[in-house]
Amino acid sequence: MEVFLQQLINGVTLGAVYGLIAIGYTMVFGIIGMVNFAHGDVFMISAFVALIVFMAITALAGFSGGAVFIALLLALIISMVVTSLYNWTIERVAYRKLRGSFRLAPLISAIGMSILLSNFVQVAQGARNKPIPPIMRDTITIMDRGGFQVAISYKQILIMVVTAILLTVFWYVVQKTPLGRAQRACEQDQKMAALLGINVDRTIAVTFVMGAALAAVAGTMFLTYYGVVVFSDGFVPGVKAFTAAVLGGIGSLPGAVLGGILIGLIETFWSAYFSIDYKDVAAFSILAIVLIFMPQGLLGKPEVEKV
Amino acid sequence: MNETASTPSVDYVQLFKDALFAAVIAFGLFSLMIGVKTDQALNNQMILVLRPGLLASIVGLVFAGRFLIGYWQATRIARVKVKKAPLSPAMAKLASYALPACIGFLFAYPVLVLLTVGPAGAIKWIDNFGIQILIYIMLGWGLNIVVGLAGLLDLGYVAFYAVGAYSYSLLATSMPIKAFMAEMIGPSFWGLWAFWILLPLSGILAAFWGVLLGFPVLRLRGDYLAIVTLAFGEIIRLVLINWVDFSGGYAGISSIPRPSFFGIPFNAADNGFSATFGLEFSPIYRTIFLFYLIFALALLTAAVSMRLRRLPVGRAWEALREDEIACRSLGINTVNTKLTAFSIGAMFGGFAGAFFAARQGFISPESFVFIESAQILAIVVLGGMGSLLGVVISSIILVGGVELLRELDFLKNVFGDGFDPAQYRMLIFGLCMVLMMLWKPRGLISQRDPTVFLKEKKSVSSDLVKEGHG
Repeated sequence: MEVFLQQLINGVTLGAVYGLIAIGYTMVFGIIGMVNFAHGDVFMISAFVALIVFMAITALAGFSGGAVFIALLLALIISMVVTSLYNWTIERVAYRKLRGSFRLAPLISAIGMSILLSNFVQVAQGARNKPIPPIMRDTITIMDRGGFQVAISYKQILIMVVTAILLTVFWYVVQKTPLGRAQRACEQDQKMAALLGINVDRTIAVTFVMGAALAAVAGTMFLTYYGVVVFSDGFVPGVKAFTAAVLGGIGSLPGAVLGGILIGLIETFWSAYFSIDYKDVAAFSILAIVLIFMPQGLLGKPEVEKV
Repeated sequence: MNETASTPSVDYVQLFKDALFAAVIAFGLFSLMIGVKTDQALNNQMILVLRPGLLASIVGLVFAGRFLIGYWQATRIARVKVKKAPLSPAMAKLASYALPACIGFLFAYPVLVLLTVGPAGAIKWIDNFGIQILIYIMLGWGLNIVVGLAGLLDLGYVAFYAVGAYSYSLLATSMPIKAFMAEMIGPSFWGLWAFWILLPLSGILAAFWGVLLGFPVLRLRGDYLAIVTLAFGEIIRLVLINWVDFSGGYAGISSIPRPSFFGIPFNAADNGFSATFGLEFSPIYRTIFLFYLIFALALLTAAVSMRLRRLPVGRAWEALREDEIACRSLGINTVNTKLTAFSIGAMFGGFAGAFFAARQGFISPESFVFIESAQILAIVVLGGMGSLLGVVISSIILVGGVELLRELDFLKNVFGDGFDPAQYRMLIFGLCMVLMMLWKPRGLISQRDPTVFLKEKKSVSSDLVKEGHG
C-alpha cells in the first residue's frame, strides 16, 4: 500500500511533465495535421535554457532560499520566452513553406530539425550530463507506517500545482478567447477560416509558440525534478509525450494531460513492480498498441476517411 | 523584353530591415545557448563560460546570410524569365546513361583508388568510403521498395538491419552449431562457410520479421505508420540491450567469423587467399573482396526491385502509393501488397545487416539506433522516392560527405586545435535534411511516372494535385 501510494505520487508528477509536452504535439497536430517531431528537442532546449539562467543567477546571488526561488522563477520565464522563440523560428523556417507540399515533407523536415537541434546543443554545450545542485529537497511525510514513509516533496507539489494552473489558463484561452476561436476554426478548415478574415499563418505561429511555452514549463520542471539534463534528453520524453497525446486522443487538450498522467503512472508502476530495464519498451509498446487498436484515443473523435 | 525586367529594383532598405530582424532573432536564440557555455570545472563544479566573440560572429553570419538570400530572391525575377528548355533528345539519352555510369564508376572504384593512392592508403578509402557508401546504397534501395514504391513510411527500417546482423552473428558464433558442424563435416568448415550459409538465412529471418511487424500496422497510414514503425525499431533495440543472456547487451557480440573467398580464408596461412593465388599477403585483398561483395548485393537489390516494378505486385505497390482507396476499390488485395513490400524491403535490410556484421566482426546495439533509420530514410527521400539513381547520388553526398569531414584536418589550423570537424557531421546532416525538403520536397530526382503505361506516358493527376497545380 505504501509503495503503491508513493508510486502514485511519483507517477502523477512524471505524468504532469509528459502531459505538458503532449499538449504541444496535440495542438500542432490538430491544427496542421503534422507530427512535430522536433518538439521533444524543443523541450530539451528549454531545460538547457533554464539550466543556464538558473546557474547564472545563483552564481551571482548565491544559494539562499530566496535567491533559489527567484532563480527558478526567472529560469521558468526566460525559458518560456526563448523556447517560444525557438519554436516560432522552426515553424517559420522549416515548416511553413512545406504546408501545401506532399504529406511526408513536413515530417521529414521535422525529423531533420530534431537531429539538428539535439546536435546543435551537443556542439554548443558539450555532450556531458549537466547537473544542477540539488534544490528544494524538503519533503512532507504523508504517511509513516513501520518505517516506510510515503512522502511528497515540494518539487512534486510545485510541478502538480503549476501544471494545474497552466492547464486552466490554456483551456480558457482555447475555449473562450478570440485567439482560441481562430485556432479551432483553422483546425476545421484553413481555407474557410482565411476567407473569413482569420490570419492563418499567425494563428499557426501562435499555436507553435503556445506549445513551446508549455514545453518550456515541462523542461524547467524536468530540470528541477531530476537535477540533470543532457543533449539527448529530447528523444525519449518526446516519444512518450507523443504516446500520451495519441492515448488521450490527438487534438484534445484534456486528453493530452490525461494521456500524460496515464503514461507517467504506467511507467512508474511498471518500473516499481516489473522491471526498470524495460520501462521504455512498455511505453513504446503502448504507443504501438494504441495506434493500432484505438487510433482515436480516449477522448478524441474518430477520424473519418474521405475520398 | 524591356529594360526594367532585366534589372529589377532591389529595395535595399527592406533587405536591411529583414536582415536586421533575422539577426535580432538569432541573437535571441543563441545568446544563451551559444553565448554561454556550461562547463565542468576541475573540482566537478559546474561553471559558466562566456563566449561573446562566437555569439557575435554567428549573429553576424545570420545577418549576412539573410541579406544575401533576400538579395537573391529580389533579383530572381530577372533570372527565371529564361524558361528552362526541355531536355533535348541527345541530353535525355545521356541522362538515361547516368545510372549505368554511376554503377560503372563504383565498379572501377577500388582499382582507381589503388592506382591513385597506392596499396597503403587504399584500405581506408575503399573501406570508409566505398564499402560504407555501398552499404547505405543497398539499404536505401531496400527501403526504397517500402517507401518509394509502396509509399509506406518506415522509420524503423534499422530493426531489420539489426535482425539480419544479429541472426548472422548469433548463429555464426553459436557453440552447438559449431560443434555439430565440426563433427559432421570438418573442424574448419563452419568458420569458412558460415557467412555463405547464413547470408540467405539472415535475409529470410528479416523478411519474417517484416511480415510480423508489418501485419499489425496494415491499417495505419502516413504519420501514424511512421511512428509505429519507429516504436518497433526502438523496442527491438531496447530488447537487444536488456536481454543480456541472448544478445550480450551493450557489450554486443565479438569475434564474428569474417567472410571467406568461397572457402578460402583471407589470412597469411598456406591455404590462405594470397598463398593460393601466389600473391604477397596483404589485408587489402579482403577489403577489395568485401567491396565487390556488397557491390554485388546492392546490384541484386536494384535488379530485383527493378524487375518487381514491372510485375503485377510492383504495379500494385505503385498504385497503392498513389491512392489506397482507389486501389482497394479496384480489387487489389492491399494486405498482401503491403506485406510483400514490407517483407521484401526487410529481406534486403537483413542481407545488408549480415554483411555489416561480417565486415565489422563486432556488433552492438549502438549500431542500430534511430538516427540510422532516419539516415536511410533521408537517403531515399533526398534522392527522390522511387528513383534508384537518386539513392546512389544522395548516399554518396550524405555518407561520403560526412566521412569526408573526418579528413578535414587542415581546418584545425584555422579554428585552433580543439576543432574537430567530425563532431559537426550530424548537425550538418540534419541541416541538409531540412534544406533539401525546403528546396526540393520531391527529392533530387523526382520521378514518379508509372513504370508501365498504355501507348503513351501521361502525367499522373495525383502528382500534379499534390504539387499544388490542381
